[in-house]
Amino acid sequence: MKNVNRSAVKQRLRSYKKHPFSAVLAMLTILSAVITAGILVFLIGYILVKGIPNIKLDLFKWEYSARNVSMTPAIINTIIITALSLVISVPLGVGSAIYLTEYAKRGNKIVKIVRITAETLAGIPSIVYGLFGFLLFVVTCGWGFSIISGAMTLAVMVLPLIMRTTEEAIRSVPDSYREGSYGLGAGRLRTVMKIVVPSAMPGILSGIILSIGRIVGETAALIFTAGTVAKVPASVMSSGRTLAVHMYALLSEGLYTKQAYATAVVLLVLVIFVNWLSSYAARAVSKR
Amino acid sequence: MKQFKEKLMNAVFMLAAGTSIFVVALISVFLFANGFPAIAEIGLFEFMLGTKWKPLEGLFGILPTILGSVYVTVGALIIGVPIGIFCAIFLAKFCPKKLYAVLKPAVELMAGIPSIVYGFFGLVVIVPAMQVLFGGSGKGILTASVLLGIMILPTVIGVAEAAIKAVPESYYEGALALGATHEQSVFGATLPAARSGIMAGVILGIGRAIGETMAVVMVAGNQAVIPKGILSGVRTMTANIVLEMAYAAELHRDALIATGVVLFVFILIINLSFSLIKGREGR
Repeated sequence: MKNVNRSAVKQRLRSYKKHPFSAVLAMLTILSAVITAGILVFLIGYILVKGIPNIKLDLFKWEYSARNVSMTPAIINTIIITALSLVISVPLGVGSAIYLTEYAKRGNKIVKIVRITAETLAGIPSIVYGLFGFLLFVVTCGWGFSIISGAMTLAVMVLPLIMRTTEEAIRSVPDSYREGSYGLGAGRLRTVMKIVVPSAMPGILSGIILSIGRIVGETAALIFTAGTVAKVPASVMSSGRTLAVHMYALLSEGLYTKQAYATAVVLLVLVIFVNWLSSYAARAVSKR
Repeated sequence: MKQFKEKLMNAVFMLAAGTSIFVVALISVFLFANGFPAIAEIGLFEFMLGTKWKPLEGLFGILPTILGSVYVTVGALIIGVPIGIFCAIFLAKFCPKKLYAVLKPAVELMAGIPSIVYGFFGLVVIVPAMQVLFGGSGKGILTASVLLGIMILPTVIGVAEAAIKAVPESYYEGALALGATHEQSVFGATLPAARSGIMAGVILGIGRAIGETMAVVMVAGNQAVIPKGILSGVRTMTANIVLEMAYAAELHRDALIATGVVLFVFILIINLSFSLIKGREGR
């Protein structure tokens, strides 16, 4: 087996001598892949190496003060905003995907419009979501800079992501499952709820986890909706900064580079974990 | 009873599907209703083509920021697109299976890293590097372009790889059978067939670059003047909004929202061309 491989490599090297341009192209593709992977490894490595020594116990004190620059309130805010956003966006996103895949008839005009609008939503930059959230929730609804304004804005932002991943997951459920269910006399609703959605669950979860990653990393959409107060909020109507906003605030104040490093480590580790979890869930689908 | 439940849930799901239509309408209405009066008051030409952004003096020309967004986006494309496309080709046609199992998740992780972390990375790594290489502050079009070029990589790679993989294997095999090398077959037969899909990836990358905010704010320098060279500082439309929204009031605030409207229209145009190209691919 090894011999075969070696002779194949030899053959290819010989062909590169005959076709130098092919060799150049091969090198360019390999180089690009190395650059891409190299950047990622360097970015993660650099932040971990520089950041981990800056993680001090002080940074996790319960109360924030200008002296300890604790990130604990920001972590708590992040969890609250993530949970609230998902409570709003998951039912809407999953329900919408169920309609598109299971209920809508082929060639339905509504489906087309929903697709176009969902794609539009996916392309809107987060700062525009921030402006929209500011105008609608903060000003028009009169909720002010608050956790609820931020969560509503982010719920809108991750809606297209949840819709798309759920749709893909539901579409990958074989038709024989549905036929089996109908054949046993179940109605459409029962088939959807008891057969289709449970089978698609890992894929749906993977999409939800990805949205968590988006919410955790979001800054621009939150500054003018949830605000930048560095406290554990008294209620959903009070302002609170998430971890990413906390990091932005540290950087724009310019005095806290070390603490920013530490925050970057926490954010990065969180995002890596979330990504791993999401692909783990997605793998569970493909295994079946 | 069962009939009623089925009908009810049908309506509920339909309502959920309607959310995205409703939300897009809501976003459009709120942005346009708040942005248009400002544009009308400033004057469309003064607003879009005015070269001075001095809110304190009542000058609201966003041309410098429009140009800023265009420059850093073009710069990002020059850096990100070739690397992205070649990397996509590597993933689709050159990569050994074991390496693919590592590289693919790595690219996906790149898409998940928060923009504030990219911005911080730019600030502590790329900016000092630029200071050493070219002197000056190290913040400007070039720095922002490099950082945005990196940030659009996963978008370009993802879409381009899918497009290349969607090309029937017979194209590649046919070229190979005619005596072409592996590279000649990939670049001469497969790649042209994936052209429109790759183009769609590039357009999506444009959308990402032009809408990026937090990373650009950190490294672009943020001077609201028309830049003189690729090393001079620049302010994008997105940076303009995020920097001044916190303390803006009255016409100043509305002018920033109007900047958001211009950005929104840019994005709508980009989205439209994306779906047009994707639609053509489907045929």
